[in-house]
Amino acid sequence: MSSQDQAVQSYAPGEHPDLPAPMLTSGPLFWIKENLASSWLNITLTVITALFLFVVIPPLLNWAFLDAVYVAADRNECRELGSGACWAFVSERFTFFVYAFYPSGERWRVDLAFIMLILALVPLLYDKTPYRGYGLIYACLYPFIAYWLLLGGFFGLEEVETHAFGGIMLNMVIGITGIACSLPLGILLALGRQSEMPVVRMLCVVFIEFFRGVPLITILFVASTMLSYFLPPGSEFDLLLRVLIMVTLFSAAYLAEVIRGGLQAIPKGQFEASDSMGLKYWQSMRLIVLPQALKISIPGIVNSFIGLFKDTTLVLIIGLLDLLGLGKSALADAKWTGLSNEIYLSVAVFFFICCFSMSRYSLYLERKLETGHER
Amino acid sequence: MSSIDMAGGPPERNPIARLWYDKETRSIIMQILTIVLLLTFFGVIINNAVENLRLLGKTFSFSFLWTEASYDINQHLIEYTSTSTHLRAATVGILNTLLVAVCGIILATILGFIMGVMRLSPNWLINKLVYCVIEFVRNVPVLLHILLVHGLVVHALPQPRGLPDWANFGDLAFLTNRGLFMPSPIFEGGSSAILIAFIAAVGFSWWFKRHAKKIQDDTGRVLPVFWVSVGAIIGLPLVAYLVTGMPIGWEVPQQSTFNLRGGMVIRPEFMALWLALSVYTACFIAEIVRAGILAVSKGQWEASQALGASRGLTLKNVVIPQALRVIVPPLTSQYLNITKNSSLAIAIGYMDVVATIGGISLMQTGKEMETMIIVLMFYLIVSLLISAVMNWFNQRIKLVER
Amino acid sequence: MKKLLLGASAAIAMFAVTGAQAGTLDDVKAKGEVACVVSTGVAGFAYTDADGNWKGFDADFCRATAAAVLGDPNKVKFVTSTGKTRFTILNSGEGDVLWRNTTWTYVRDVDVKLAFQGVNYYDGQGFMVPKKLGVSSAKELDGASVCIQTGTTTELNLADYFRSNGIKYEPVPIETNDEARTNYLAGRCDVYTTDASGLAATRSTFEAPGDHVLLPEIISKEPLGPATRHGDDNWSDVVRWVLNATVTAEELGVTQANVDDMVKNPGKNSEINRLLGTEGELGAMLGLNKDWAHQVIKAVGNYGEIFERNIGPKTPIGLERGLNALWSQGGLIYSPPFR
Repeated sequence: MSSQDQAVQSYAPGEHPDLPAPMLTSGPLFWIKENLASSWLNITLTVITALFLFVVIPPLLNWAFLDAVYVAADRNECRELGSGACWAFVSERFTFFVYAFYPSGERWRVDLAFIMLILALVPLLYDKTPYRGYGLIYACLYPFIAYWLLLGGFFGLEEVETHAFGGIMLNMVIGITGIACSLPLGILLALGRQSEMPVVRMLCVVFIEFFRGVPLITILFVASTMLSYFLPPGSEFDLLLRVLIMVTLFSAAYLAEVIRGGLQAIPKGQFEASDSMGLKYWQSMRLIVLPQALKISIPGIVNSFIGLFKDTTLVLIIGLLDLLGLGKSALADAKWTGLSNEIYLSVAVFFFICCFSMSRYSLYLERKLETGHER
Repeated sequence: MSSIDMAGGPPERNPIARLWYDKETRSIIMQILTIVLLLTFFGVIINNAVENLRLLGKTFSFSFLWTEASYDINQHLIEYTSTSTHLRAATVGILNTLLVAVCGIILATILGFIMGVMRLSPNWLINKLVYCVIEFVRNVPVLLHILLVHGLVVHALPQPRGLPDWANFGDLAFLTNRGLFMPSPIFEGGSSAILIAFIAAVGFSWWFKRHAKKIQDDTGRVLPVFWVSVGAIIGLPLVAYLVTGMPIGWEVPQQSTFNLRGGMVIRPEFMALWLALSVYTACFIAEIVRAGILAVSKGQWEASQALGASRGLTLKNVVIPQALRVIVPPLTSQYLNITKNSSLAIAIGYMDVVATIGGISLMQTGKEMETMIIVLMFYLIVSLLISAVMNWFNQRIKLVER
Repeated sequence: MKKLLLGASAAIAMFAVTGAQAGTLDDVKAKGEVACVVSTGVAGFAYTDADGNWKGFDADFCRATAAAVLGDPNKVKFVTSTGKTRFTILNSGEGDVLWRNTTWTYVRDVDVKLAFQGVNYYDGQGFMVPKKLGVSSAKELDGASVCIQTGTTTELNLADYFRSNGIKYEPVPIETNDEARTNYLAGRCDVYTTDASGLAATRSTFEAPGDHVLLPEIISKEPLGPATRHGDDNWSDVVRWVLNATVTAEELGVTQANVDDMVKNPGKNSEINRLLGTEGELGAMLGLNKDWAHQVIKAVGNYGEIFERNIGPKTPIGLERGLNALWSQGGLIYSPPFR
């Protein structure tokens, strides 16, 4: 009745109240129909997936959280307190995993270096930072500050030897040194590969293909076993330094390919224009070509950094104790025997958080650099 | 002095300076300089190496390859005992690396394509589930995956003694934490006929596929190529097997004091390495496949659907062939990665080339340089080969373009 | 590329420390610390506690070396190494001395160019099996899976022993002692074989050590001792006599508790006096201080004390002295005289 009344009622233009949408074209039911049950095949797949999740997720949650033990003195106590994961082990060793053998009185230096790193990253990664120019200068100076902070030995800081480095800190040191040093080298290699001088080009191609052709771990083996033969007799080289050099060369080869992709994407007109302006080679590279090429390659560079950061775990194979290495060696403690799943999962979560946020950042950049070629 | 020159007219450069300002000659000078520097560099390091070796009283020679290795390797595709030579041990290691790389590439490609297609599925649940899995796996180091899977295989699977029923497949195959034990074939006389039948079936399938394509091009009739090929490849050897009087015997693994004895075994180290590498790489391949499929213009989908093709058919016949052009180049680097990552075998004791010649042989003989050179050369050659094969494949699918 | 070369040479110039070949003793004195190569972790021999301090039998000998040379047992830089990297670390000059379960063999001494300086632990390769298997001899191990550490002599001994006895087995190669333990407990292998001391140490970390037995066969001689670089005789002498000093101290009854007293009030036994530097000039001959042996004993005690503290019957490792008793008590531990 009332609907009939409404039907005959007249409204001024634009005053008509919105009618509800027809059934199953909006709202949660529609969403379910479209996304979970659009066909019989889809319904079956949904049911199978849901069943799978139902079987897997609850026991996993129970193990990881509900039945887990967070505070205990040793493994046996853990077993008495709950049937789930024994996170007490991880929390007991937590500071050790972060700083490893770094002298306990000097650990503020690691913290400070980390905070300064974040301060250096902000202007580098976010282009709307106020005073970005100063920030970038600071970011360029940061490696030297960090070197001084972590190693010490002059300006009043006590010297800390590299064998005290370990844990998360070691992963960070290798990853960040690797990327910071390999970027300039990678740019040079990429330019060299595009060079008109055949000897230089050949050299760069051989270098890049060699380092991309062999696994990082064999290169680390070379660093740990073979490199000392090639140094002047009697000279001694810090193992971490050897590893850093090799990791830098390795990641430079990969970066060179990423940057070459960026260089190739620059239209030929840009090169010709800069030539016609009378710019010399380095000038045109520095002012015209590289700024554009690097901008395009940033997502690729971030991606190779993610790869490099994950690869820092490989140093455990040559006996450096990174986070995973420390975790593995902590398993030797008789008090906490057999808790490998807890350790491995914690390490996995750490790497996931770091790498996932970096890959989000790279996606954000990709979207920002996307200049309207949407289909 | 130069200021006097400058005062009168344009600067007069001396001939050497003029050479430097000429682009051609400067480039030649630079290159000669580079070569000289390079040669000096190599000269210095080779000189250092010779001097260092002399100080340590070592010699540089590969003759150790022909001496007895005197260690055992648990997985060898060719005959090997502890009395074999280091060269033989290196070969065993190389074959083990190739085995895990090839198996890994196959499984990773299959998984990657499935996951990539699932990632584009209209089903929200599957889509998000695959997304979560891919993101988690991609962002965790591969070494950690290998250790985790190895830990799971060793700790979660049952021991061979007192095997529960679910791990015993009809007393023929057994899943234990020492590996998957399966019956192994024993070839007797006449079994070569089966091999010939198999080769013939493969040849027939190849011919049939071309024939079917020709018919489709001419008449538009579609022949069931897939089913005919499967039928031929399974059926022909089966017929040959029955006709020749079943010449293949099966050796079934038997329980013994310690282990299951006889049969074939896939060891947990291989399983862990294979699964971890495949899943890890598959997640990267899935993203490549997804990007490739998305790169195919939407018009192609719509055109295919307008012709009445189903989603599956559209994917198979229209979208994926075009997407392959985008997919293959990054796929190549994933294949290279899987081969290189297989060197992480050493972390769980799978005896690949790094663990045999670059590990135990290096230790026993103290020949760091020689063994590392062998290992590096091996990986370089394999990488170049894979690149060459994939480039060839890339060229082929490019030619299809009209 | 040119920049790379420049960079590399600059790096070499910056970081290279020359003179490792000149004489390790002088280097060590100049550096003010002993770079001591140890394993990454074997219970009782070398392991880190929760605070990251190195403990154990081998670690104590490292401290003894530092005490002798520098007068301070804490001036040790512990360099960890796997079975694979230990010799390279020593030969490249990164480590000064290898106090790590390393077997003295012909090839290592002659061909790998190490110089072994004596034996601080007489060991032999044994087998451990779960009791429930009911195995009483290694000869019954036909068809078993055996966990071994790769890159060690045990791998070669095992291959030899099983081949000569016609036994088939599946070797399960493993990098570290800890992984071997995990795999053994998970049942990946039936048998774990390594040095008998290592087996005892590993068994002590089990939840139920009683469920596992060591088989009676000892299939090899494993004299474990310190090693230095070939051709550095002066430094080798120092390492050798640090070891001998701990042994002689036990023979003569010099202990951590009474050594200070013996130095303050020298007795009539002139060998003790020569050892502790209250008589004669033995220290100077070695290029060390007069009281070097006094510092060693004060820091870590005599051989017996080091043994008892780290791996003896009262520790969880629970090793008997056995072959490692003094020669006068039926063992093999023997030191040349201090004369």
